[in-house]
Amino acid sequence: MTEEPREESTEVQEERKSRGLLADLFIRLIKEKPLGVVGAVIVLIVLLVAIFADFVAPYGMNEIHLWDRLGAPSAQYWLGTDNLGRCLFSRIVYGARISLYVGLGGSALTTMTAAFIGLISGFFGGKTDMSMQRFVDAWMCFPPLVIYLSVMSLLGPGLGQVILVLGLARGIRQSRVVRGAVIGIKENVYVEAARAIGASNTKILGRHILPNVMAPIITIFAVSCGYMILSEAMLSFLGFGIPPPTPSWGGMLSGSGRAYMYEAPWMALWPGVALASVVYGLNVLGDAVRDILDPRLRGGLGRYGRVKRKRPTK
Amino acid sequence: MRAYIFRRLILMIPTLFLVTVMVFALIRFIPGNVIDLMMSEFAMVSVLAGAGEQVTEEFLKHSLGLDVPIHIQYGRWLGVIPPFDGVFQGNLGTSLWANEPVMWEIRSRLPVSFELGVVAIITALLLALPIGTYSAIRQDTLGDYGGRTVAILAISLPNFWVGTLVIVYASIYLHWAPSMEYLPLVRDPLGNLVQFVIPGIIMGMVLSGTTMRMTRTMMLEVLRQDYIRTAWSKGLRERTVILRHAMKNALIPVVSMIGLLIPIVIAGSVVIETIFALPGIGLLLITALRQRDYPYISAINLILACGVLVINLVVDLSYAWLDPRIQYR
Repeated sequence: MTEEPREESTEVQEERKSRGLLADLFIRLIKEKPLGVVGAVIVLIVLLVAIFADFVAPYGMNEIHLWDRLGAPSAQYWLGTDNLGRCLFSRIVYGARISLYVGLGGSALTTMTAAFIGLISGFFGGKTDMSMQRFVDAWMCFPPLVIYLSVMSLLGPGLGQVILVLGLARGIRQSRVVRGAVIGIKENVYVEAARAIGASNTKILGRHILPNVMAPIITIFAVSCGYMILSEAMLSFLGFGIPPPTPSWGGMLSGSGRAYMYEAPWMALWPGVALASVVYGLNVLGDAVRDILDPRLRGGLGRYGRVKRKRPTK
Repeated sequence: MRAYIFRRLILMIPTLFLVTVMVFALIRFIPGNVIDLMMSEFAMVSVLAGAGEQVTEEFLKHSLGLDVPIHIQYGRWLGVIPPFDGVFQGNLGTSLWANEPVMWEIRSRLPVSFELGVVAIITALLLALPIGTYSAIRQDTLGDYGGRTVAILAISLPNFWVGTLVIVYASIYLHWAPSMEYLPLVRDPLGNLVQFVIPGIIMGMVLSGTTMRMTRTMMLEVLRQDYIRTAWSKGLRERTVILRHAMKNALIPVVSMIGLLIPIVIAGSVVIETIFALPGIGLLLITALRQRDYPYISAINLILACGVLVINLVVDLSYAWLDPRIQYR
């Protein structure tokens, strides 16, 4: 981070600092993490495909060509057709949109939930922290997929429900990371100074604590995207996520299509290829972002959480 | 150490209490329209079955225990107030469809899931530890790159997709299909084991990949320590240095990470059992969710959460026992 001239007001400084963090992240990503750049390129391609799906897809997502059902990949249907004669390539292209919504929406909700719980629990400490952490403890006892499925079966399938359930559930788990960072920061002299000049708790949290825990918060967002997309696919695969006929990569691998896969094996192949490459791209990008922002967390859990470490890796 | 264990056990009590509250809340706050939905489903089934007995809304609410105040419902469900027949007594409810205690079915299915989980964890570690260690001691060689690629693939490939591919493509090209009939361990030990190996490997993929990466990172860090240089300069063989001096220290954080991942592995059983038609808890959960059999859903959630709680305790204790630097206060 560059040195700031002293005359500048704190507002300008903070603005610079937050911009500095993202710009710095971007430059270091290109310089230090070639694999991360590969991930970023994959993610960018999928992002563009999802946004311009209407122009990329040769057919509509639910356009049925009954004469061409279970067709092998050909010049007309690049990746073949499914049991209703729908073009698989078009459906995968539109499926990218669903993944985009879930990935971004779910991660945003995760990040906000984690930041909210983590800031309050870590900053106020004492009884507040104790009671909130027992709640988080209890929540973390439930195996993730099991609790997603149980709540989804109560709410019913749908895109909004998927984002809500995945985002909140993971956010509560990830709040531990933010809480840990807050506890490390709140003992700093500048927090004490802010309190001495009579700053309110809200102001200390917003202006002094939050900007300093941005690194773990961005990391949570980065490593959550792939997890969200994968979890949505799993839920849709089991029939509790996005209801058909909306094309979701997970849903395309299950349901009525399963019986036809022996006749048309491409039906089992391509949605998974799309899913796996996006998850791979997001994983390596997320790992690179985490390595740059938070060296203490380096080295381990991929998309599934964090490792408590005492010493920073050299 | 005894004080640490004691403190750890005391801390479990509020967590356990909250777990039961959450499981209780899960079925108690069923949206009203689900009751209506269940009504229509029951009505349809009883018409199809030709049964004369019609299920009323009152009966449904009564069988779910929804007709008394909420704290009484909780107390009854837990088994701490009369009639003292709840979770504490081992009664987790009665199935809405089969009309038998849910524990009967769950007890018969637990061994299947348990075996699948054990196979998954063992195969994952058998693959991960040697490859991870090799990757570290031969850093930046072709073998290292290969190992790291395997690890990242194991993490990125969705297990349900790999499972589907194995079933579809093996049956097309190899004319082999996994047995759709479950072979109990006592009747056919070999067939049973063969049946579990492929699902187990697929279920353990995530654990395997993350453990591989973690082992590699930890080994790299430990191999740079002074005591490793000392061990080399004493003229010890590579075997001894790696296995006795390096691995022993590198694996301590790996153990705690494996503990953190166990819930993920458990959750994977839902997917794997569905794909490979293994009659375990996961498949039971899916069936129950499709049929809206709420007593099953709450019972399975409660059992799995308690299982994770116990595993966490064991991991924490073993961590404290493995690493003498940790102070247990």
